[in-house]
Formats: sequence, C-alpha cells, structure tokens
Amino acid sequence: MDKTWNNRAWFLVLPVLVLVAFSAVIPLMTVVNYAFQDTFGNNQFFWYGTDWFKEMLTSDRFHDALVRNLLFSAIILAIEVPLGILVALSMPKKGVWVSVCLVLMALPLLIPWNVVGTIWQVFGRTDIGLLGYTLDAMGIDYNYVANPVDAWATVILMDVWHWTSLVVLLCYAGLVSIPDAYYQAAKIDGASRWAVFRYIQLPKMGRVLLIAVLLRFMDSFMIYTEPFVVTGGGPGNSTTFLSIDLVKLAIGQFNLGEAAAMSLIYFLIILALSWVFYTVMTNVGADRPVKEAAR
Amino acid sequence: MLDLQSVSRTVGGEAHIVDVSLRLERGTLNVLLGPTLSGKTSLMRLMAGLDAPTAGRVTMDGKDVTGVPVRRRNVAMVYQQFINYPTLTVYENIASPLRIQKRPAAEIDAAVKRAAELLKMTPYLDRTPLNLSGGQQQRTALARALVKQADLVLLDEPLANLDYKLREELREELPRIFAETGAIFVYATTEPQEALLLGGHTATLSKGRITQFGETTAVFRRPRDLLTARTFSDPPLNVVAVEKAGRRFSGPDGLVFEAAAAHAGLADGAYLVGIRPHRLTLAGSESAGFEATVSLTEVTGSETFIHADFGHERIVALVHGIRRVETGDRVRLTFDPAKVLVFDRTGSAVGEPAALAA
Amino acid sequence: MARIRLDHIRHAYTPDLARAGTYALREVDHSFEDGGAYALLGPSGCGKTTLLNIISGLLTPSEGHVRFDDRDVTRLTPEARNIAQVFQFPVIYDTMTVRENLAFPLKNRKVPAAEIRTRVADMLRRIGLEAKADRKARGLTADEKQKISLGRGLVRSDVNAILFDEPLTVIDPHMKWQLRSELKQLHREFAMTMVYVTHDQTEALTFADKVVVMHAGEVVQIGTPEELFERPRHTFVGYFIGSPGMNILPCRLEDGAAVVSGARIALPGILPARTPGRIELGVRPEFVRIVPRGSGVPVTIDRVEDVGSERIVRARLNGAPLSAVLRDDAPIPAEADASFAPEGLNLYAESWLVERDGRLAHG
Repeated sequence: MDKTWNNRAWFLVLPVLVLVAFSAVIPLMTVVNYAFQDTFGNNQFFWYGTDWFKEMLTSDRFHDALVRNLLFSAIILAIEVPLGILVALSMPKKGVWVSVCLVLMALPLLIPWNVVGTIWQVFGRTDIGLLGYTLDAMGIDYNYVANPVDAWATVILMDVWHWTSLVVLLCYAGLVSIPDAYYQAAKIDGASRWAVFRYIQLPKMGRVLLIAVLLRFMDSFMIYTEPFVVTGGGPGNSTTFLSIDLVKLAIGQFNLGEAAAMSLIYFLIILALSWVFYTVMTNVGADRPVKEAAR
Repeated sequence: MLDLQSVSRTVGGEAHIVDVSLRLERGTLNVLLGPTLSGKTSLMRLMAGLDAPTAGRVTMDGKDVTGVPVRRRNVAMVYQQFINYPTLTVYENIASPLRIQKRPAAEIDAAVKRAAELLKMTPYLDRTPLNLSGGQQQRTALARALVKQADLVLLDEPLANLDYKLREELREELPRIFAETGAIFVYATTEPQEALLLGGHTATLSKGRITQFGETTAVFRRPRDLLTARTFSDPPLNVVAVEKAGRRFSGPDGLVFEAAAAHAGLADGAYLVGIRPHRLTLAGSESAGFEATVSLTEVTGSETFIHADFGHERIVALVHGIRRVETGDRVRLTFDPAKVLVFDRTGSAVGEPAALAA
Repeated sequence: MARIRLDHIRHAYTPDLARAGTYALREVDHSFEDGGAYALLGPSGCGKTTLLNIISGLLTPSEGHVRFDDRDVTRLTPEARNIAQVFQFPVIYDTMTVRENLAFPLKNRKVPAAEIRTRVADMLRRIGLEAKADRKARGLTADEKQKISLGRGLVRSDVNAILFDEPLTVIDPHMKWQLRSELKQLHREFAMTMVYVTHDQTEALTFADKVVVMHAGEVVQIGTPEELFERPRHTFVGYFIGSPGMNILPCRLEDGAAVVSGARIALPGILPARTPGRIELGVRPEFVRIVPRGSGVPVTIDRVEDVGSERIVRARLNGAPLSAVLRDDAPIPAEADASFAPEGLNLYAESWLVERDGRLAHG
C-alpha cells in the first residue's frame, strides 16, 4: 500500500473532523461534564457523581414526558407510514401529473418548522383561524389552549401535514424503481391488488421504508418546535415532551446538571431505539439478499 | 507493459482476487474468460486503479502504480451498460476526454472525426445518445475510449447487451480498430466462443484465480488443468472417469480404447478424460467409442447437438449435418484418442503437450 | 392448451404513428399449432417483443384479431387468456420461499390446498429444486430463479401457452446449455404451445420446431432450422442466421452460370423466370470449400480465424468478401481456389429467393 496516499486522505477529512469536533463532540463533552457536577453559579462546579442520573430516572416528571414522547412517535408512525404508502400508491407513474404531484408533495417540506407552527397556531384559533372558527361554528367544542386532547390532535395534525409527504416521496421513489415485468407477471399469476402490494410493492419498498421509518421516528421523538410554538407544552403539561421539558429545565429553571443528565439519557434512548428499529427492520424476512450485481 | 505481481484483494474476509500474476504487453488483446463472479470485474478494477490490492504490486511500464488512483492513470473503460453523457451529442461524448485534457480544438475535432469514422458513427455525430440504437450507443462509448489514447483500455463484457449479429460485427472490428493504438487491451467475457473469435491472449479465471494465461488457441487446445478446460468449453466439456492399464484406457459401460502416442507413456492408474463435443462423431470410423442413450437432440440447421447419458455423465456431442435421433435411442459416439484431454486425479493435464490438440 | 391464431395483426404504438404509416408490426398473419415450440427471432426493433405482448395480452393490436382455438381473445387481459410468461430478468416473489412462489398462481385461482400441495411437489421435482423448496427465493442463482418463473407457469393446468421473452439473457453460458435442454425436455413432457422470443440464433434454432424470422415489423420466413439454413427465403435470413452469415455475392446471369466479379460459377439448373434488376448469389460459408489452385474460382485469403471447433477463412473473390468455414484440420494452401457445393447455392432476385422452379419466394 502507498502510505503517502493514505496520509493525504486523512489530511483531506481533517476540516470535517474539526467541524464535527466544534459542533458536536465538544458540546457533547460539555454536557457530559455538566451531568456529573453541580454549580451554584460563578463558574464553580462540584462533583455530583451519578446522582443527577438517579434523580432523573426516578422522577415522575421525566417518566411522564418520556411516555408522552413514545406515544406521540407511535401515533405519528402509525398514521404517517400507512398514509404515505397509500398516497404514494395512488400517485400516477407517468405523464404530466407526475411532476404536479411531486411538487405538491414537496411543498410542506419546504416550509420552515417555526412557520409551520405559526400557521397552525393561527389556523386553529377559534376567533380568527379558519379551522378553529369552522369547528366552533359547527358546534364542536375545539380549543387547543384549554383541552389536552385538542392540543394533541392539533400537534399530530400539524406533524402529519408537514411530514407525510416525506414518506410519500421516499415510497414513491421505491415504487417507480420496480420493473414493469413484475406487474405483468403478477397479472399473469392472477394476483389480487392486495397480493401485488403484499408480495411485490411492499418488499421492493422495504429499503426506503426503513429509511422513512427511521427518519420519522427520530424526528418525531425529538419534536420541539410545533408544541413550543402552538401549545407551549400545555395545557398543563399535556404536550410537554422531553425536548420541551429539557428546555424548561435548562433555561427556565437553570438546572444545568439535571438538564445535562436528562439530555444524555434522551440521546441514548434515541440511539437505542433507532438501533432496535434498524435491526428489526433489516432482519425482517432474513435470508439476506445475495450479492448479485458484484462480479 | 502492465505487470501484476502476486496481486490479491480481500473484501470483508471474502477473497475476490487470489494471488494473480499477469504480464500484459503493449499492443496486445487480452481476454479474461470466466463465469459470473469469477473475478473478471474485480481484476479489471485493480488494473484500472479503481480498487487497491490488499497484497501484491502493480507496475505500468516498470513504474510502480500500486494504489495510484484511476484519475492519475491513463485508463479507459467500457462497460456492459451503454454509458454516455445523456445530454451531450455523440460528438461531444466522444470529445469529452480530450476536453478534460484541454487539448486544442483542432486536434479534438480531428481525433473525434477519425474515431467516429472507424466506428461508423459519422452520420450520427449530432444526435444525443437517447436517439441511438443500443449498438450505436456502445459504439459511441467505444469511440470515447479510443480517442482518449489510453495506455490501458478495459472492456468489461462490452457486447453482452447487444444483439447477436451486432456482436458478431463489432467483435470482428474491435481487435483491428484497437490494434493500431498500441495500448493494452483487456476484454472480459463469459463466453468461450467470444474469446476464440477475438483471438489474442486469454486468461481463464475461476473463483478469483487465474488458472491459465497464454495464446487463446493454445489455452483452448492445451489447457493446463481440468478447471481451465471446463471454463474454456462451450458446449460444456464431456468428462469421463477412466482407468489406465498398459496401453489401454477403460471406462464405464465397457468403454475401452487404445491410448494415443501422447498418453501411452502414462503410469497405470485412474484418470479423467475430457472430450470436447465437436470431437465426438455419430457412428464414425474412429476406433474408440461408446454407446450412449439419447436424451435430447437440438438441430441448429447445419449441426446437431446430441445430449446423451453415458455412465453417470450427461454427454453432449456436436455433430455435422442434421441427424434425426430420437430420445431413448442408443447411439454409438466415436472419437479419436489422440484428440482427447487427459487429466490425472488432481485435475492436472498430463501427456506430452506438443502432441495434444483437442 | 390451444392453437394460437394471429389474424392479420398490425400494430402501431400511437394513433399518430398509425396515420403516418409507422407500424411496429406491419402485418402478421400466422398460426401457432397446439403443442408446438416456436421461436420469434430477429434483431432489436424487429417487432418480436411487440408480437409476444400481443399474444400475451399485455398489448392490444391496432388492427386484427388474436384467437386461441376459436375464441377471440383480442381484448382479453393476460390473466383471462390463461397464458404464462417468463421474462428476460427473473421475476420471483422475493419474500416467498420457492414452494410458495410455485403455489402462488394456484392460490390466486382458489385451487384446493391439497391439490396445490401435490402439484407444487410434482413441479419442484420436475424443475429440480426439491432440495431448495423451503429456501427464500431471493437467495437463489439466476438460472434457478428462471426455473421458478417457468415453474409458476407450468404448475397451472389451465395454461394455453407459455411465452418466453429472452429468458436466457442473464444466464452464464454453461448454465444456458443445461437450462435450454431442460426447457426442451419440459416442453416434450407437457406438450404445451411455447413461443420463445430471442435475438440469439442458437437459442432459437435449438429450441424451436419452427422459427419465425422477423425483420422490420414483418415475418420474412417461417421454417424449420434446416429450411432456414439451406433455403433462406430472403437475404436477410441468410445474413441473420448462421455465424458467419451467408455470403451474398452480387452477380449477373449468363447461360446457366452466375458471374461474380468476372468469375463464373456454374448453377445447377436454377434459373429465374424473369430477369429482375438485382440478382445475388447466396452461399453459406459451410458450403464453400478451399481447394488447390486450378480446381475452382481463384480467391485471395486475407486471414484464417481458428475458433476451436472450426476455422473461418476470410477471403476475397475478385474483391468481394467471401467467408468459408472449414471443419477439418486439413492445411490451407496459400494459393487457393474456392469451390461451391451445388446444393448450397441459392439465387436471389431483389433480395428474395428464386425457387427451384423459377418462381420468386415473395408474393
């Protein structure tokens, strides 16, 4: 092997390493540092051991927020993945409508998160918002500020509106890559519409679906902006997710140690769950594909 | 000269290329022949510098180029898929390597026109690849490889996606077009017949190893071992287990024949006899032969393939003319003992090579 | 099983193309007999795949009718026509086992479970995949996958025909031999009508009882492999079938002989009824012999290609290229003549064969 060539390769990735160090590793280490200490200001720190973690893991407040997060992610995946697949399946495969549909699908993705929040905040208000006003006029008692169920419904609706198109686009990409011969063969085999979906489309979408589920899980588990803008975590604590709680703890109460411990636990949970998703989904139907293309 | 010295490549514990030593001269056409996954593409990637070997050295004209990436080598590659720039015209596609090299416009123009002429693409220079047939698209890719004046031109099953007849045409033109450039040509194929039609030199590959390298007809006629003979045989080689005692070989189902001069001196013991399908005759005048049960006949119009069961082996005979034999018929297939390949139990070819001509 | 009748089929992909007279299929009027093995052979773009899709029902022809026995199926869907098809790239259901793949078409047709079991077991044996019956189909090799696609067709008892669309494209040469002969044996066992599309002459000739040669949207000849080899009806068939293809030598006729670039070649009593514009002499390389100087027509030998089982001599007859295939090991003289086997000479007028009785093959 040519050593000089190897070394030069390291040299080239150095800027990235430095950038990652500044943007991720150093903040992470700072957080780790905070998590094991306590401070009373003046930049004085006291060793606190693992007490923050113990406190956090046994606190009801943390448990409640975690359960809310898990519930939220579960609902989001349960709605967005099937809905995304359904929409992708009903999109045209060729013709002028393809680009129209794709642009329409991409639109929500182009809107910044906080704008989405504001849009829905206004949209849902019973005094001036179209949705809130209409529901109110129809005699439905809708108030996301006062009613926890309404608040949840609003946040979920926002997320579905904002992110289902991502699932749609990914699934659509998977669908159009299926050669026509598969559909023809299925027709000849007398397969029903459901069988075509179950045995051709779903398996062929597997890989992109995995990406979609992972992205949507991670993203929904880190939900922050929408509830922050619309409900502010309320009413009560009904929409106080881990991220919102974390901010309350760190910036609101200036409880740095506890917040640091919490964010580390939060981080590890996301990591662990993502890994679980990945392994489960890649092992579905085991018997891995044999490399065929490589010669 | 491209020289591979004990080159190996292992990826994730899986050996893709195992201890390959190969010396390719300038101005030669070299065929890599082997089935899918035998390592043809892996070997080409090592030659090109797209991959670095995990062991061994690669030198080009005496200069060590091991690990030198492809951008720094003067290499051209043509793939099985027709790869062209879809938005550029044929002219610009052919010109692209020269544009990258920032050659003067007049030189580019002359080179493109010459290459287009050789590959019969002159009438299509203004079209884009999508408006061309598969054969024309591949001609464009070949012309691009030609103008680059590369030291090493790698053709990875370039004709596999083309129609049979087009393949025949291009296969005949290619060696002559490229011979003029003085570059080293490497041509990968799965088809023994294609190797024979191209001529030049052939390296047979099996499971990442080169089993033999030499002049194409020499490798075909005098394979070093059974593996090479099998790789380089289409239709498949007929192999019969025999026992030698004195001057006679005896096999299953009462097959007995006198050893030819080349094999007469072999020690007594177990051997394998390889008979190429075209060396078998239906009830011919040769002394050696055996009875077999016909399982299928295929007629090509001028020839007949007779598939038959003999002992526990499936035998294929390629006989001239149209021979109507029915499934289940017993037929006598004869051969000339001087035109068979003999291998010992380890699969190495034995006998005096000069006298062998299977 | 059924006889397939193609009744004056024409097809253009869009109405605009039809108005402009650009037909992918110009006119096909032909029958495939029940239980026969047919090949549609021709270069890309000759219309062979279009024709196959019209038979399978994936395409509806612009004009004409498709009949299975006496039933008009022109407008029926593929599943209603009860045909099976094997595609160029193996189509298998990845997530199912081999056994489930074979059972799939039967399950869809609500065949009783017990019958599915016996039929699938029987099919596994016939295609030689018993040992891998419970493996996931996606882990198999390309040839095994093609056998599964074929098995899915054969397992049904109601199949009218099995159609093949270049099924050996992705198979290695060694496996091609095996798969092809297995295919032929299966055809013999099941005696189903099979139509096989390919551009590869060896595949077409070895597989089919009758080969349909297509060129530019038209059928130029339908015949047995022998007929195509010995009496190509059109110079295209002569060129397309055989490797190298037929030597086509422009000539003029002069009292019972063809004059090719000044050289006289005696014709064995074949003379055209009229004297049309362009006359060519067709002779396959297999019927050209290289003989010592003085015993034939003088030629210049450019080179000799040794292709293992035979040698191809590339020569010129007064400038016109001429190929000869030699199947013996006899030495080739440097100064040589070519002689032509009389039974291998064919005369073409305007590219169409002049029959032995003087009629033109065309029209």
